[in-house]
Amino acid sequence: MSILIIAEHDNQSLKPVTLNLVTAARQIGGDIDLLVAGENAQAAAETAGAIAGIRKVILADHAAYAHQLAENLGKLVVELADGYSHILAPGTTTGKNVAPRVAALLGVNQLSDIIAVEAADTFKRPIYAGNAIATVKSTDAVKVMTVRGTAFDAAEATGGSAAIEACGAVHQHADVRFVGEELAQSDRPELTAASVVVSGGRGMGNGDNFELLNKVADKLGAAVGASRAAVDAGFVPNDMQVGQTGKMVAPELYIAVGISGAIQHLAGMKDSKVIVAINKDEEAPIFQVADYSLVGDLFEAVPELESRL
Amino acid sequence: MKVLVAVKRVIDYNVKVRVKSDRSDVDLANVKMALNPFCEIAVEEAVRLKEAGTASEVVVVSIGSKACQEQLRTALALGADRAIQVEAADQLDSLSVARILQKVAEEESADLILLGKQAIDSDNNQTGQMLAALMDRPQATFASAVVVEGESLQVTREIDGGLQTLSLNLPAIVTTDLRLNEPRYASLPNIMKAKKKPLDVKTPDELGAQLAGSVELLGVEPPAERQAGIKVSSVEELVDKLRNEAKVIA
Repeated sequence: MSILIIAEHDNQSLKPVTLNLVTAARQIGGDIDLLVAGENAQAAAETAGAIAGIRKVILADHAAYAHQLAENLGKLVVELADGYSHILAPGTTTGKNVAPRVAALLGVNQLSDIIAVEAADTFKRPIYAGNAIATVKSTDAVKVMTVRGTAFDAAEATGGSAAIEACGAVHQHADVRFVGEELAQSDRPELTAASVVVSGGRGMGNGDNFELLNKVADKLGAAVGASRAAVDAGFVPNDMQVGQTGKMVAPELYIAVGISGAIQHLAGMKDSKVIVAINKDEEAPIFQVADYSLVGDLFEAVPELESRL
Repeated sequence: MKVLVAVKRVIDYNVKVRVKSDRSDVDLANVKMALNPFCEIAVEEAVRLKEAGTASEVVVVSIGSKACQEQLRTALALGADRAIQVEAADQLDSLSVARILQKVAEEESADLILLGKQAIDSDNNQTGQMLAALMDRPQATFASAVVVEGESLQVTREIDGGLQTLSLNLPAIVTTDLRLNEPRYASLPNIMKAKKKPLDVKTPDELGAQLAGSVELLGVEPPAERQAGIKVSSVEELVDKLRNEAKVIA
């Protein structure tokens, strides 16, 4: 068996989720190749090559792949697919955008967001917002899947010295064009990779009050997240949303502040190792999953928490 | 511009899902079913395009047993013009669904195909992308804004790092995210009117769609339950527990 992993990167650096995918691939078993498709992505390819246990890195470097457009990336992966038994993409917005396209072009189904490898053809994946875990078996010749990064440990980032093989194939769909992007600028760790996450909900009252959480996060080296209610209310941007339709996080410590705990939110954070909930409503469902519950006014508790850290 | 919207009948999002005692699947007996929330957003977007004079017709399609006609009627009550039910098993795999939708889209010569980004039952998030690939057309998934500019679309997408904007030439496929719009409620007169709107029934065979069925569900289990922990009475106690008991902060 051999496995192709579509690496997640921003052309300069490899995203940590790629390391979690390598672990998933090892559990499946077989040779592991990494595809780095981007523009001026040599540095990301070199980082990929250093991951322990990689056979080779395929670098497709062209403007067509600069923004990971699914139309172009999908066809590239299909062209490279021959000989692979598994094709893995991260369960990120980029991976979810492209993996189904690859599967459809190969005439196979795609498994979304796998959280466990039972056998080379059998996997576990959450359904119904994580309220049930399905075990599914694929009879397709090639297994195309997205992998939930937080469900697998990160592989060693160093120790390997895989060769980088250039791939000159260019696929450029004539009917799609990248216009622009607004990316959040932050010195804090990424939500899905952070070991501590501090999240705020509707109880925060407004966007300015998230500054209280930022201060706690800065002391803990944490990422800051939000519930859907806080995003819908316009307090914070969409990329901070944790939940069924936002980001899945599983940090060592998750601090939920002013979050009631709708099942859609719990789906995104209940695999965290330790959960702290601060909420003035004693009946809030978040307390049913929290290891440490503090009933109280967040506007008093959070500044005090910050001062005690 | 003709708009095709694909919709799915799913468990109502307020219902707490339970796994069957034999662990073969989740228990859907006698639970409330509804239009998938993301599909509802897709219908709303299509209806707004029609109201703005941009779309000439809004056709909704659902694939499943006769029960999904209920959700098609809901979409008609929200403002779609006509509906198509493709008679098939209720939990068809995504590739089969995409193949059927491709045939419907071709038959209808749809310029814009709107779908929800994911169904809240299978949480797959793949049908729109598969459909776009089969048709070799551009896609904009997780859309939070759609602007029609003549023969092209400008779509803002919610991505992990923030927002991305793409320009797509029609025909194109767009999947909706939560913040694209806030769906309206169907009014009683519109619910009555929807009963008279045309609803065609077709089969995958008639459409010439080949089904895949390559994923087998071996079983379903409830997730590991988290036990509620302890109540702390002060921030001081909380910090002490995190430091000395859980050992997650320094």
